Amino acid sequence: MTTWNSWLFWPNSVALSVLALAVLAMLFLYAARKPMHGVIHSVCALLSQSTRFIARWLFLCADNLKLRNQSVLLAHGQESEATVIDREFERVSDMIRKDMHEFPAFQRKMMEEATRIEDDYHKCGEVPPPPPEWVGALKSVAQIKTGGDIPRKLLEDINKSIQKIHDQTVAEFRRSYEERHKILKAMQPSWRSVEKLIGEMEKKMVTLQTNAKQIDGHMGKLEGIRAKDNKTEHALTVSGFVQLAISSLVMMIALGGAFINYKLIALPMSEMVGASDYITNSLKTSDVAALVIILMEASMGLFLLESLRITQLFPRIASMDDRMRQRLMFASLIFLIILAAIESSLALMRDILVSDKVSLMRDLASAAPPASDGLLTSIPMIGQMIMGFVLPFALAFVAIPLESAVYSMRTVLGVFLVQAMRGLGFLLRFTGLLLKRLPKVLELAYDVLIVIPLMIERWVIGMRAGSMGAGNTEDKELPKLRRAA
Amino acid sequence: MNKYLTLLILSFGMVLVSACGDSRIHSHGVYMLVDTSGTYAQEMNKASKIVNYLLATLNPGDSLAVAKVETRSFTEKDIIAKVTFDKRPSQATSQKRRFKNNIEVFAKHVKGSAYTDITGGLIQGAEYLNETKAGIKTIVVFSDMQQELGKGTIRDFPIRLDGIRIVALNVTKLGTDNVDPRRYLDRLAQWEAVVRKAGATDWVVVNDLENNIESILTTR
Repeated sequence: MTTWNSWLFWPNSVALSVLALAVLAMLFLYAARKPMHGVIHSVCALLSQSTRFIARWLFLCADNLKLRNQSVLLAHGQESEATVIDREFERVSDMIRKDMHEFPAFQRKMMEEATRIEDDYHKCGEVPPPPPEWVGALKSVAQIKTGGDIPRKLLEDINKSIQKIHDQTVAEFRRSYEERHKILKAMQPSWRSVEKLIGEMEKKMVTLQTNAKQIDGHMGKLEGIRAKDNKTEHALTVSGFVQLAISSLVMMIALGGAFINYKLIALPMSEMVGASDYITNSLKTSDVAALVIILMEASMGLFLLESLRITQLFPRIASMDDRMRQRLMFASLIFLIILAAIESSLALMRDILVSDKVSLMRDLASAAPPASDGLLTSIPMIGQMIMGFVLPFALAFVAIPLESAVYSMRTVLGVFLVQAMRGLGFLLRFTGLLLKRLPKVLELAYDVLIVIPLMIERWVIGMRAGSMGAGNTEDKELPKLRRAA
Repeated sequence: MNKYLTLLILSFGMVLVSACGDSRIHSHGVYMLVDTSGTYAQEMNKASKIVNYLLATLNPGDSLAVAKVETRSFTEKDIIAKVTFDKRPSQATSQKRRFKNNIEVFAKHVKGSAYTDITGGLIQGAEYLNETKAGIKTIVVFSDMQQELGKGTIRDFPIRLDGIRIVALNVTKLGTDNVDPRRYLDRLAQWEAVVRKAGATDWVVVNDLENNIESILTTR
């Protein structure tokens, strides 16, 4: 109140004082009109240009980043595709090697079967000996001119013999057909064997053809990557997003496992490092120790998978010589087994501690102990021990989604960063546009505050122009005076 | 690789060693005074239940002492049992069992005292708790809060209970309180004034032991 009063010329008449102040302020603002307009213009121009400059810089950076992202993405995609193609070729090569190895045997078997079939075929072609040429003999007998009993008897004997031989020939013929049928029946397995061999070969050929198609597809992708076409880039980016989502999901599941693991060993760890030790106000040493054990297990799992070349997060491990890598693999595996054994024993200890505490609570509450079910009561303990041993190994596999997440995160973050930069650039450009138009608005607003002096100024100019009289002179002088004003 | 493995083992060891911080700041120290004077000695069963509750609630690293309020209570001889629980939960459980047995033995053979020196007990309790260097200190007074000093016992001087929380448990009404309830209310108000003047952080009265027993100990 005192401060306000000090501004008043006449504290007893506030209205008059405020009016006087307003007049003074108006006069001051009128006097400072030109420089103020200049200041408004300069500041707005400065801000507008700055924002436009920053926006341009952001767009440029976004473009550079996009190019960089593209090259990283394509390089990574190329590497992945090359690995996949390598693996496919290896598979095909294995298949061909294996099949080629089997082909001579196949061929030999098929040749044997074919020879057998041919032999059988030839055997089928053998016909029984034709009947003796009785017809010629009969003709000769029929030409004998002298009749009598001799030719008749002869013919009767011949007839008997023919009948006998005919019967023999028919029997022989039947027997021969029976044999041929037998041979044909014996040919059946050979045919089937040949059919089976051909089927197997066809199956292998189909597999080979499928692999070849897959290789073709991968080669197409690789060509697309090398050609740097937008479609392939888009597909790789989407693949990055999908991979990140999947690996995040798997890692979340693994995190759940790790949490269960942590719960399993946090209490018994207090038996080792003390239950009342704290690192910070709310962070128990036993909890941290349990967490360290779990992280150690995850690390060992990571090294194990790295040394098995399943993941490739550490190029140094991947480039180690085989002997060294094998040593690292064994060391990681041994550490992992030791940690799993420790965890299993901690799970047992947890069960003992919990039972002990429950027993104490019962004693303190003077309650009767519950009836023991023997084996049933030991099931949770056994379950905990098994979980304690198994979970570290399960946790070891988290390295696979971790690797996937690390690689896809680069792509996803890159895309988001580019979009963020472009968004910010657009916002700044829009602000720059507004700032470009703002001085006019501010000028008008400023003039509204000093509207009375401006009106007087206009009136004075008009008066002066009127007193000067003549038309042409007035026309020339008026703009000059206005400019001066 | 050997170098790397050695480094790994060393870092693991360092984490475990560096993890051993100051545990006392987080520990809880409880000193329970049990009034054994006159008819209040009959409330020993309730006192045992309170001790059991404390044993069930306190954690490894915490300290607990139970002392009787005698004619002159400013002495270690009045401490029935005291313990600082081991950091290992299994050992702490064993200690709790032994402590419970000690209290049960005492409860069976409790003898009533002629006078009630609550102030002396408070001073002794404060001394014990300060020695434990516990982060949270509580003196539980299981009494009707009617102090009766023997001849020659001097307690009319300022005492120091800095940073200690005082909990009055089972403050039973005396026959005279029923005649004039102001006596009871004045008695409680007087004790509150005394302990607050002595620097106690809190003054809590818990009479409903069935439903309000959790008020004895504050949460960490």
